[in-house]
Amino acid sequence: MTEVPLKLTAKDFRSDQEVRWCPGCGDFAILSAIQSFMPELGIPREQITFVSGIGCSSRFPYYLNTYGMHSIHGRAPAIASGLAISRPDLSVWVVSGDGDALSIGGNHLIHALRRNVNIKILMFNNRIYGLTKGQCSPTSEFGKVTKSTPVGSRDTPFNPIAVALGAEASFVARTIDSDRKHLHSVLRAAAAHQGSAFIEIYQNCAIFNDGAFDVLKDPASRDSVLVRLEHGKPITFGASGEKCVVREPRGFGLEVADTASVPRSEIIVHDETVPGPAYAFTLSRLSDQDLSNTPVGVFRRVARPAYESLVQEQNAAARTGVADATPDDLLAELLHTGNTWTIR
Amino acid sequence: MAKQIQHLDRVAIRFAGDSGDGMQLTGDRFASETAILGNDLSTLPNYPAEIRAPSGSLHGVSSFQVHFAAHDVLTPGDSPDVLVAMNPAALRANLADLPPNAEIIVNTDEFTPRNLEKVGYTSNPLENDSLDGFIVHRVPLTSATIAALADFEVSKKDAERAKNMFALGLLSWMYSRPTEGTVEFLRQKFAKKPKIAAANVAAFQAGWNYGETTEDFAVRYEVKPANLEPGTYRSVNGNSALAYGLVAAGLRAHLPVFLGAYPITPASEILHELSGYKRYGVTTFQAEDEIAAVGSALGASYGGALGVTSTSGPGLALKTETLGLAVMLELPLVIVDVQRAGPSTGLPTKTEQSDLNIALFGRHGEAPLAVIAARSPADCFYAALEAARIALTYRMPVILLSDGYLANGSEPWLLPDPADLPDLRVEFATEPNGPDGKFLPYLHDPHTLARPWAVPGTPGLEHRVGGLEKADGTGAVSYVPADHDLMMRLRAARVEAIDVPDLEVEDPTGDARVLVLGWGSTYGPVGAACRKLRERGVAIAQAHLRHISPLPRNVGTVLAGYDRVVIPEMNLGQLAHVIRDRYLVDAVSYNKVNGQPFTSAELETVLEEVVRND
Ligand SMILES: Cc1ncc(C[n+]2csc(CCOP(=O)(O)OP(=O)(O)O)c2C)c(N)n1
Ligand code: SF4
Ligand SMILES: [Mg+2]
Repeated sequence: MTEVPLKLTAKDFRSDQEVRWCPGCGDFAILSAIQSFMPELGIPREQITFVSGIGCSSRFPYYLNTYGMHSIHGRAPAIASGLAISRPDLSVWVVSGDGDALSIGGNHLIHALRRNVNIKILMFNNRIYGLTKGQCSPTSEFGKVTKSTPVGSRDTPFNPIAVALGAEASFVARTIDSDRKHLHSVLRAAAAHQGSAFIEIYQNCAIFNDGAFDVLKDPASRDSVLVRLEHGKPITFGASGEKCVVREPRGFGLEVADTASVPRSEIIVHDETVPGPAYAFTLSRLSDQDLSNTPVGVFRRVARPAYESLVQEQNAAARTGVADATPDDLLAELLHTGNTWTIR
Repeated sequence: MAKQIQHLDRVAIRFAGDSGDGMQLTGDRFASETAILGNDLSTLPNYPAEIRAPSGSLHGVSSFQVHFAAHDVLTPGDSPDVLVAMNPAALRANLADLPPNAEIIVNTDEFTPRNLEKVGYTSNPLENDSLDGFIVHRVPLTSATIAALADFEVSKKDAERAKNMFALGLLSWMYSRPTEGTVEFLRQKFAKKPKIAAANVAAFQAGWNYGETTEDFAVRYEVKPANLEPGTYRSVNGNSALAYGLVAAGLRAHLPVFLGAYPITPASEILHELSGYKRYGVTTFQAEDEIAAVGSALGASYGGALGVTSTSGPGLALKTETLGLAVMLELPLVIVDVQRAGPSTGLPTKTEQSDLNIALFGRHGEAPLAVIAARSPADCFYAALEAARIALTYRMPVILLSDGYLANGSEPWLLPDPADLPDLRVEFATEPNGPDGKFLPYLHDPHTLARPWAVPGTPGLEHRVGGLEKADGTGAVSYVPADHDLMMRLRAARVEAIDVPDLEVEDPTGDARVLVLGWGSTYGPVGAACRKLRERGVAIAQAHLRHISPLPRNVGTVLAGYDRVVIPEMNLGQLAHVIRDRYLVDAVSYNKVNGQPFTSAELETVLEEVVRND
């Protein structure tokens, strides 16, 4: 092994494939942010694998010069789990869309999260089915008019952060396609985390849901709706920090208050590492379908052994003395264990 | 009193009782004694579908059949020559299967008005003429056991529970079985409860003595050892043989085995067994559903493991989309389908061969893959190795078909020397294979048509794979019509390129005009039927398929050599369909779909009819 430090650049992570998203698609910004982030990991390209499902977002692996698999709709977390469990040496990433991860693949998402498999799941949420040309998705707002819901959807959407928390996720975060710096900070925290990380990335679909997140991006509105979570800091927002997050007088929830009208000590100090999921859950419920009070950043980051390491431990315990035996010796040992008899 | 000794060539015994009577254990012990004596044998359990059926009820009857002989045994026996009935339900549920003059050993203590009523007997069959034509031994099994254990420090309930050992002792005496193994087994099983151990051993011996001293049992039987190949044996059922085979495949390939599975009858035992074989390089993953099970296995294969998934019909249906992806990715994958009677939930505990169609054709688009089938419980071991060989050598998904009959049936298995098993080692790609140092992930080997297996972690070979159509060689996504056309034909050619041994025909006299062609678990009953026909001078040829996709190259020639081809299947003619289509042979399809395996007697009749009408 050579000990030369890796000096990769964003360019090293570009594949030779022509990128084929619509002009203005938020996926470009995410791709470029990830290509520029990857060198920071210091991991050789061959140790990195991206597995995706199906959707516009899931074309992602083709554009990254790492190992990659563009699989089938919704199943990437399952495929990535098998890869990560059998190859704990790899850095395994999943790229998925809101339909891919929360509709057809919902089952795999929640089970990967509860097991805490060491995979980093990036869910590009454009609140629409992009690739199939504009049907409502499980994150589309109630009443949304789409191709499949011409007079408004009757479905209540998922709150992806709350779903992940309910699934025992040990790392849950949200970020936005256009904010490279923030995206990088969240990716950095996710990469450093042991076990599953779930990252919701708000992504603009320029064709079928254009401007869905403009309120969070427009300099005129963003400060009043974007709640930037920072570990150890009081949660305030607004152009001059005029809004803050405090406990609800009734129940166990959180609510938004005027910073001026509450004692400083009552403002919630963000703590990603609160052991129970209730705090992060209530944070996730601050925002509504209209994106008012939308927290971005890391909601939850708690230490829990990664699934693979638990599996490895059991395997190692069972394999005492195995190193000295040939595979044929081992097979003979297995076949002759238990009830046998001999005919002469 | 001197007992008469009678020699027999073969015997089938069925132990039947309530689920709580320990019939599986009793039968299993009898089978072990028989194996040690050197008879060849085959066994088949039959459990109720319910986990805890009401005691004494008809659907709570559990049974275990042992067929043993002085020659090689092909099936667990059509109909038992001896029935041990621990209660009225066991008698009623099994009586119809008995041939005339069969011996019945009944536990008279259980024939109480209440128990008789539970199973709809309006009068006691032991007291009317309904058992005329059978040889009935009336034994008070329960009370005799309790009496034998009077001096033992066990509760009455524990004494009563030892009645299965009394029955085993009696049968062991009747068939002159060695007893040391059972005594040792009981001592070990109840090592922590020496009093219970002693009581069970005493009950076992009391049963033996009962035979020796009671006038009712005037005859003792002997079945001489079979001429078995020398060596070390163990008893295996199909599921455990399959699990051993998968472990063997991993070890012979020097690869870790990754099993992704979701529980389903009758395949779950493969997951259970493999989960205990971590020591031998196996990792098991109980997935959230069958889609994740096959997905995780494919992910593991992508990473360089031998990915395996095991299931039954409903689970195979869920896996189909991922199998299409596996066909596109050209990666090794073994899919085990332990078939059960379908469609839908069907009869989960009953056997059938009705998944051949889904195995061959059950994917969207044209997604050809390899399909093979196991023929006997011990053969599941070799079938698993063969599935792995094809998957690893040709980089493709292989469906291995077993079924409930094989999964649960067991037979003695001569343990192989690992060094004699196929060498399954493969080479991962380590270097670029294209011009100017490029890596071409879809450059196919001219002989095997396999593409390089370049696993993540290999520097310089970073590449992307996926379900979208691609260009040959580069593997780059391609919508070019000619590329799709080429790849469609290439995927079909890849299956045909698999090297498969020729189909062998068994026709001892060489003058048969009728060929019986089978696949899978019908091997035993078809073989037994052919043997009986030949004993009576009827010429018949038998051939049995291991490989169904691709079919052996000589199948057409073999079929052309006979006037008539009969295809017996536990489905409504799925292989027959393939054979007719492929070789334009007007095969006779004989079908059984009642959840039961063929009996050799019914096949004997059917085959004889075809031969006579030929
Ligand atoms: C089994 C299956 N069902 C349906 C589809 C069609 N399909 C492809 S992508 C998609 C939804 C994509 O939406 P999303 O996951 O949000 O990804 P986006 O395109 O918005 O990035 C659907 C329904 C499919 N490919 N496979
Ligand atoms: S349809 Fe929407 S999500 Fe898909 S590529 Fe175009 S802009 Fe992006
Ligand atoms: Mg979407």
